[in-house]
Amino acid sequence: MSEVASAVASEVKETFHVVGKSVPRRDGIGHVTGKTVYVDDISFPGMLHLKMVRSPIHHGIIRNVDFSEAEKVPGFVRVLTHRDVPKNLYTILCLIGVGPDEEPVLAVDRVLYKGEPIAAIVAETEEAAMEAVSRVRLDLEELPAVFDVEEALKPDAPILKPWGTNYFIYEGHPCRRVRFGDVEKGFAQADYIIEEVYNTSPIEHAPTETTACVAKPEPDGRYTVYTNTQALFFTMDNTALILQVPFSKLHFVGGTVGGGFGGKVDVIVEPIATLAAMKTGRPVKFKYTREEEMRVSSTRSAWRMYFKDGVMKDGRIIARKVISYADSGAYNRHTPYVITKHAANVAGPYFIPNVYIDVYCVYTNRQPASAMRGFGVTPASFAVECQMDKIAETIGMDPWEIRFINAYRNGDMRPHQKVVEDATLIEVMKAAAELAGHPLPEHLLKMHSWDRERA
Amino acid sequence: MASRIVTFNLNGRDVEVMVKPLTTLQTVLREHLRLTATKSGCRQGGCGSCTVLVNGEPVLSCLLPVEDVAGQTVVTLEGITPVEGLHPIQQAFFDNYAIQCGYCSPGMIMVIKALLDRNPNPTRQEVMDAIAGNVCRCTGYESILRAAEDAARRLQTV
Repeated sequence: MSEVASAVASEVKETFHVVGKSVPRRDGIGHVTGKTVYVDDISFPGMLHLKMVRSPIHHGIIRNVDFSEAEKVPGFVRVLTHRDVPKNLYTILCLIGVGPDEEPVLAVDRVLYKGEPIAAIVAETEEAAMEAVSRVRLDLEELPAVFDVEEALKPDAPILKPWGTNYFIYEGHPCRRVRFGDVEKGFAQADYIIEEVYNTSPIEHAPTETTACVAKPEPDGRYTVYTNTQALFFTMDNTALILQVPFSKLHFVGGTVGGGFGGKVDVIVEPIATLAAMKTGRPVKFKYTREEEMRVSSTRSAWRMYFKDGVMKDGRIIARKVISYADSGAYNRHTPYVITKHAANVAGPYFIPNVYIDVYCVYTNRQPASAMRGFGVTPASFAVECQMDKIAETIGMDPWEIRFINAYRNGDMRPHQKVVEDATLIEVMKAAAELAGHPLPEHLLKMHSWDRERA
Repeated sequence: MASRIVTFNLNGRDVEVMVKPLTTLQTVLREHLRLTATKSGCRQGGCGSCTVLVNGEPVLSCLLPVEDVAGQTVVTLEGITPVEGLHPIQQAFFDNYAIQCGYCSPGMIMVIKALLDRNPNPTRQEVMDAIAGNVCRCTGYESILRAAEDAARRLQTV
């Protein structure tokens, strides 16, 4: 063990009662006995089931929706359309000031992705709800669709948003921007210019438990909502806004989540199930099928990241320009925030004096993207570390050394104007090298995260 | 088609249910009998979270019409859970942190129960083969393998 690691280990041992020790899980007995109650394990007498009528096409105009055959299905209770939703247009990040509202709870006259909900059907059983959904006749006019971020930004692309662009607008700009130093001057001084483009695919979180909730009217006029959301109060607040009811009218019960990974922070099933409970006076369960979870629920966005680095012979990166495009799919969900986190981190955990970053939140006709582990930092790290290896290879330097040389130190200014205060990158790399059995040369072992501060 | 009565032995007791044709064992357990330890992750045979034992063999209850178990023996996680304390496999899962979100745990435990019943001392590869049809999305496979090996030791010393 390294000096630092063993010092930390002994401090942990002496000082902490929980850190560094195994603690029995409070929910563990419930999990191993099957007594933990997940949302789908909850049911109430008289409970109804909700299923969505979904768009079979990627982009189109809704000319007519005919429910007459669906209404004849035994067990059919009622249908909900956009006219039933008090505030049908929403964007979940309105709670942190992101706007404008742009996603309908239920489609009004247009669909922007395959699987977009058009109407909700409530029935006595899940089977009856599914049967009724299958008998709804949709009259849609298909429009050209776009599935690639750069195609979506071309002048002839179909425009998806009422404000006339296929990108989110950040304080009047078409992208989230970071400017630090003078990147062109950096490129002019550099010994090497190293360019690459990195692509990542959308990723479905695929939790073993699908997204679900049960909304139950209470005798006192409130609604109890049992949900597997990862964001209980966030979801409750958005539900109250969509349904235009005071927050005090809703009681959200949650915390038991059968896998989420960011896939259960969107506000998807609760508003419509609660509305159905209001309109019918009965408990309503809305549980995604596995197919809905895989094909309709949001994903990690697909990314395209263009890197251009200016590097000196001694290994110092002196300029980095990154143009990134995230495929938000048809709607915002969490992507505008994902982009901001990406912009703050795509220069990597390295000190680079000249940085220029543009990150675009682009709308396409894919299913909406949203949060997933790392909020846009994960694809940034993938690209950054591939780029670091490419730099090392190009200039003929050890990939460990290139990272040690460029690692940010305490006191460094990051491109988004935050001073580094808690760097441990060098220490972590030393510990990793030790664990991997990779001996590091003396001049790297002498480096540490405080060496520029002390200089 | 008319409903019919199906009788089978569940967790040591005979039960009688009236079902429409092709009702799955999973639906009967969860919806009719309210035994919800058996989970419902995909209802298409893809995740293993609904695994129960039929005549001692692990079976995906979401794909099995309940009529197919007429007259046979079914054991669910409720059936191996003692009134007090835990079954040695459950204890091994708990002690080895082979649980995260918990949604795959019932299926995993039933698969390992079936394995250890016929092979009390499996190799790691045999445990891996046994759980190959069970998806853990929190990716705790390593701790699940450790729990299975620990359970085998506990059962041999009981």
